[in-house]
Amino acid sequence: MSTQSSVVTSATELRAYAPTADLTVSPPPSRIERARPRTGTSPDNLRTEPGPVRFIIITLAVTFLSVFVVLPLVVVFASAFSKGIGAYLAALGEPEALAAIKLTLLVAAISVTLNLVFGVIAAWAIAKFDFTGKTFLITLIDLPFSVSPVISGLVFVLLFGAQGFFGTWLQAHDIHILFAVPGIALATIFVTFPFVARALIPLMQEQGTQEEEAAISLGASGLQTFFRVTLPNIKWGLLYGVLLCNARAMGEFGAVSVVSGHIRGETNTMPLLVEILYNEYQFVASFAIASLLAMLALITLVVKTVLERRLDEGQEPRDH
Amino acid sequence: MTIEVKNIVKKFGSFAALDNVDLKVDQGELLALLGPSGSGKTTLLRIIAGLDWPDAGEVLIDDEDALARGASERHVGFVFQHYALFRHMTVFENVAFGLRVQPRAIRKDEATIRARVKELLDLVQLDWLSDRYPSQLSGGQRQRIALARALAIEPRILLLDEPFGALDAKVRKELRQWLRSLHSEIHVTSIFVTHDQEEALEVANRVVVMDKGRIEQIGTPGEVYDHPATAFVHGFIGESIVLPVDVSGGSVRLGGRPLNIAANGAASGASKLFVRRHDMHIGPAGSGSLEGAVRHVRSFGPIQRAEVALSDGEGKTVIEIDAPRDRELQAGEIVSLQPRRYRIFAAQD
Repeated sequence: MSTQSSVVTSATELRAYAPTADLTVSPPPSRIERARPRTGTSPDNLRTEPGPVRFIIITLAVTFLSVFVVLPLVVVFASAFSKGIGAYLAALGEPEALAAIKLTLLVAAISVTLNLVFGVIAAWAIAKFDFTGKTFLITLIDLPFSVSPVISGLVFVLLFGAQGFFGTWLQAHDIHILFAVPGIALATIFVTFPFVARALIPLMQEQGTQEEEAAISLGASGLQTFFRVTLPNIKWGLLYGVLLCNARAMGEFGAVSVVSGHIRGETNTMPLLVEILYNEYQFVASFAIASLLAMLALITLVVKTVLERRLDEGQEPRDH
Repeated sequence: MTIEVKNIVKKFGSFAALDNVDLKVDQGELLALLGPSGSGKTTLLRIIAGLDWPDAGEVLIDDEDALARGASERHVGFVFQHYALFRHMTVFENVAFGLRVQPRAIRKDEATIRARVKELLDLVQLDWLSDRYPSQLSGGQRQRIALARALAIEPRILLLDEPFGALDAKVRKELRQWLRSLHSEIHVTSIFVTHDQEEALEVANRVVVMDKGRIEQIGTPGEVYDHPATAFVHGFIGESIVLPVDVSGGSVRLGGRPLNIAANGAASGASKLFVRRHDMHIGPAGSGSLEGAVRHVRSFGPIQRAEVALSDGEGKTVIEIDAPRDRELQAGEIVSLQPRRYRIFAAQD
């Protein structure tokens, strides 16, 4: 659950908190921060605390996680199947549900693809070149993480709404951005932009430019160098970023809620539909969709663990 | 293939990495660019390769303007200090890379590429490693693979940036000899950068000594060692004793005392006297123009190294001298010193 959206969303929206259960989508830790402890002393060598203290600390951690993470997850699935598997499948087969799933997949596909391209370009620029304003660009990349998603959505309302900056022009040309797929996609792109770039920047900085220089001196063109040397070197980091980006894109609530307009069967994504169904006391239907998001979260978690392992294997110790 | 560099200037901000550098490399030479770090030697190499661009000047490879072409079109083999092998490719694919990225029109067929890679791996004597990944190789093996990869494109010239810098001393010595014999075998015009004078003197046909973005001297290893052109070269190559002296009207004085040596045409004024450690003759007290007290003696191999405090008033100037072991020196002994061969350069600062 993204902390920002839960803090900012109003009390009524908070009721939708339990069902959405998008557990995975917090900003990714920097690769360097994450990798460092593994190279340090192994936990076995750190038995400095007496047994009882260790027991209490571990019990506290496990209890906390059980109450705040595992329990809600169990509740999601229990509620979804409370009226049997038939009701569960029927709820997912509803046209409204199918439309929401389709829209969510479409928006995720658009935003992940674009963020993949932009993220690689931004990371490339930052890691491989020196230019004025580089620090500013790095700060700018992180902006979506520091702005509340609701505000991010509101920005697009201010830009493209009827009274907005481009509103009159858009209306004159009959182009629909707000309360339509483009608006939802834009808001999602904005919110999920940092994931790919942040996963790649430390990786590319660490790898430097020597392999690219070697490729060019061997006669490779720019494109050959990118596809044969740069891309294979960053592929695990790239997948890691894409994975987190996708999880957030599918689970995003705040920003999308502001720009969607909640048109049934048209502009409701899965998280939005969960809230609507819940407010209408259709608990099985609501939790059924929520269970799909929860499964996405679990799959993401597993894949993420696998990718992190591949990434660490990819770190070749350099001998100087 | 010849390389000609004319009036190259390269600045990083206000720092002049290369300050009007001229250099001509002949066909088949093995040339060393020698200098301390920050002397501009690697920058010069990267400019010739097309990995950096000069602010002014010309680079001609075979009388052809190289600056008109990018690095990928120069046909220059470049070997990096840290190998820069493609970590996700096997040794075989690393070496084959340059052949696989050739434009379709001139690209060889798979069988020819395989044969060529095999031939190169044989040349560097590592054909048994062709299915390994770079992370599974030792430093010396990686460097040889990097060299095979650079040679795969049949480069017009070969550039090596501190090729042995990251290796330990023993491997380094082996690779030095290996590089020299490889060069006499394939005879491609080569430049290598090093900060290790021994490496430069041992491997190269000619040595270019650089300092602060300028070329101090170009010559054979014998010339730069025996006839250093500047104070910097004398101090940088070989171990030297440096003493501050005054030259006036053909006589040389150290701390007011005349030394019994000729000025050899050195200009009058504050100067520096350079003497190789083994060119300072040690004799019984009173026989030479300098005198001092032996403080320590360490004997190893054919020489004994004596630390001598000069009796120049304060006894603060301590020099190290390599003497033959025909007469054992004792700590505390007063000896006289006489430079046999020496050079005098005007003091620059």
